[in-house]
Amino acid sequence: MQESATSLGHPAGQLSEAELVRRVQDGDADLFYELVRPYERRVYSAAFAILRNSADAEDAAQEAILKAFRYIKQFREEARFSTWLIQIAVNEARMRRRKNHADVMEPIADRPDEGGNYVPRDFADWREIPSETLERKEIREKLTEALASLGEIYREVFVLRDMQHLSIEETAEALKISAASVKTRLLRARLMLRDLLAPGLGGPWISRMSFGKGTKTW
Amino acid sequence: MVVKCEEVWREISNYLDGDVDVGLRAAMDEHFLGCKRCSAVLAGTRNVVELYGDERMVEVPLGFGYRLQRRLDENTHPTRRTFFGWMVAAAAAMLVAGSFEVARSSGIGRNLRSEHAQPGKRVPPDMMVLIYPDGKTFHVAGCTYILDKTHLRSVAAREALREGYVPCVRCMKKYLNERA
Repeated sequence: MQESATSLGHPAGQLSEAELVRRVQDGDADLFYELVRPYERRVYSAAFAILRNSADAEDAAQEAILKAFRYIKQFREEARFSTWLIQIAVNEARMRRRKNHADVMEPIADRPDEGGNYVPRDFADWREIPSETLERKEIREKLTEALASLGEIYREVFVLRDMQHLSIEETAEALKISAASVKTRLLRARLMLRDLLAPGLGGPWISRMSFGKGTKTW
Repeated sequence: MVVKCEEVWREISNYLDGDVDVGLRAAMDEHFLGCKRCSAVLAGTRNVVELYGDERMVEVPLGFGYRLQRRLDENTHPTRRTFFGWMVAAAAAMLVAGSFEVARSSGIGRNLRSEHAQPGKRVPPDMMVLIYPDGKTFHVAGCTYILDKTHLRSVAAREALREGYVPCVRCMKKYLNERA
């Protein structure tokens, strides 16, 4: 019977990721949570970006992590474990979205149209981000709304690249598209988000924050 | 090398990622110095990348790690329980059943929506609280744990408790800590 790392006198926290992977592949199931724990937040956010519903995202994230456990022997070290895990989460979330497709209304902007140059529409001067900006729930909500309004193909690329910090190549691999498509969609996603947010975050939303103390937050 | 605004917009994302050659970077730097519109686009696009890249942007539901760990445990060790384990589980089940009995006698909901939360003590029955139709906890207005405002419903605490909702660990903390 396989002994766990802790029973051998090696606390799980002291094992490298590669070692954890190897131990789990060899049958030490107790160590699997240690392996995925650093990435559980990222797995959830990848699922949430696609499903846009916290209950569905949590379920998809759990299922993705369970699948990773079931197929851990197929993981090869050429890829990063986090990339492999997020790829499973993306696939799981996409599969669920397809299943629920009838109930999901995709944004109008969701057209597979990558041709043509994107011309920024708004030239508001949005230079400074107050450090406390993200502490404000209203601001986080505005950012979430803006992201949700992007077309699916742009949102997926943006989330993997700019929120999950995958490389261009890893994003391409996870979404099964070319690196050139990742770059094109990323450019559009970033500029569209800027167009959506600059008018508010460049002034009114931020200045309104200082007057918001007496108002309800819901 | 001189670049036009259109070319700057086309390359701005690569520029931010450090993925343009030295000549183009220098030309774009030069362009930003003299073009207010493009430098505003650059600043805003950089802000987008920085804001969304911040991990505070993702709010993971409360208890996510705990529920994940429990589900993993159920699936990775389905037949693990020893005789002693079964005895402990049986004792725990009896304890839970006993708690439900106490809760029922004090007017608290019979089937709690959360398996790992406390029902709370002495929650004023007429206090108005907020719930989601498919949620587990109830909140007071203004609670920062209210994530989705669109489906909120306002009900008396009595009704929320009867429906099995449990008090929010943040805004209803005092009712969770109060000793019976």
